[in-house]
Amino acid sequence: MNIQVDLQESDKVLKGHIRGEIDAHTAPVLREKLEPYQNVESLDAELDLSDVDYMDSTGLGVFVAFYKSVNSQGGHLKLSGLSARLKRLFDITGLGDIMDIESAGKGGN
Amino acid sequence: MRPFDYVEMRVPAKSQYVGVARLTISGLASRIGFSYDDIEDLKIASSEAVTNAVQHAYSDDEDGEVVIGCALYGDKIEIMVADHGQSFDFEETKAKVGPYHDQAEGEFLREGGLGLYLIETLMDEVKVHHQEGVTVFMTKYVGGEQVEEDVETISS
Repeated sequence: MNIQVDLQESDKVLKGHIRGEIDAHTAPVLREKLEPYQNVESLDAELDLSDVDYMDSTGLGVFVAFYKSVNSQGGHLKLSGLSARLKRLFDITGLGDIMDIESAGKGGN
Repeated sequence: MRPFDYVEMRVPAKSQYVGVARLTISGLASRIGFSYDDIEDLKIASSEAVTNAVQHAYSDDEDGEVVIGCALYGDKIEIMVADHGQSFDFEETKAKVGPYHDQAEGEFLREGGLGLYLIETLMDEVKVHHQEGVTVFMTKYVGGEQVEEDVETISS
C-alpha cells in the first residue's frame, strides 16, 4: 500500500509516472508532489497511470484539482495508460468527458 | 444459528488503515465468489466509506476508532461502517438504518462528495444512519442485484 511518484520537468513540459495505490493515505503525497507545478504557465503535463493498481475518489480529487489549476494557467493535462478499471472510474463520475484521458494500449503515435 | 458469518474490524481512525480494511474486505468477498470486477467495486466502495468514517471520527477525537462489520451470506455481502468506535449489534443497527435521502443527508453528501456517489453507484443497496455518529450500511450481491423472492425460489 504505497505510492511512487516520478516527475520530470523541462521547458514547461512535465512527464510523470505514478506507481502503486492512490487512496486516502497516499493521495496527500501525490498532491504534494504535483503542487510545485500547478502555477507554471502553459504547462504541458502528461501523467502515466499505467502502473496505478488502485484508485478511489481521493485520487480523482487530486487529479481534478491539478487539472483545474493547470487549465487556469493556460496549460494542458493528459492522463495516459489508464487500465479499464481506472477508465471506468473516470467515466462513471463524468470526469472522463471533461478531462483528457487515454486508455492503456491506445496511445503511442 | 444466524444465516451469515460475521467479521468485525476495529481500526484506528487513521488513513493508513483504509488500505488494510480494503484488502480484508477483498479477501472476504473472494471467499463468497464475487467476480474480479465486483471485488474491485467493493474495494472502492468500502474504501470510500472507511475514508469518510476516518475523517469524521478523527475530527471528533484524535484517538477515534472506526468499526467495520461484514456479514457474509451465500449470495451477498453486507458491510457496515461506523465512525464511532463502539461495536454494534449488527442486526439491531441494520434495522435502524434508513434509506438514503438526498435532502436529509445533504451535509454528509457534501462532506463525502464524490465518495458517496461512488458508493451508491458501485453497491446494490446503500443506507445511511445518523445517530451517535454516522453509519453507512451497504450491500452487494454476487452476480448483480437480485430480488428477495428470486433468492428464495433459487435456494428452495
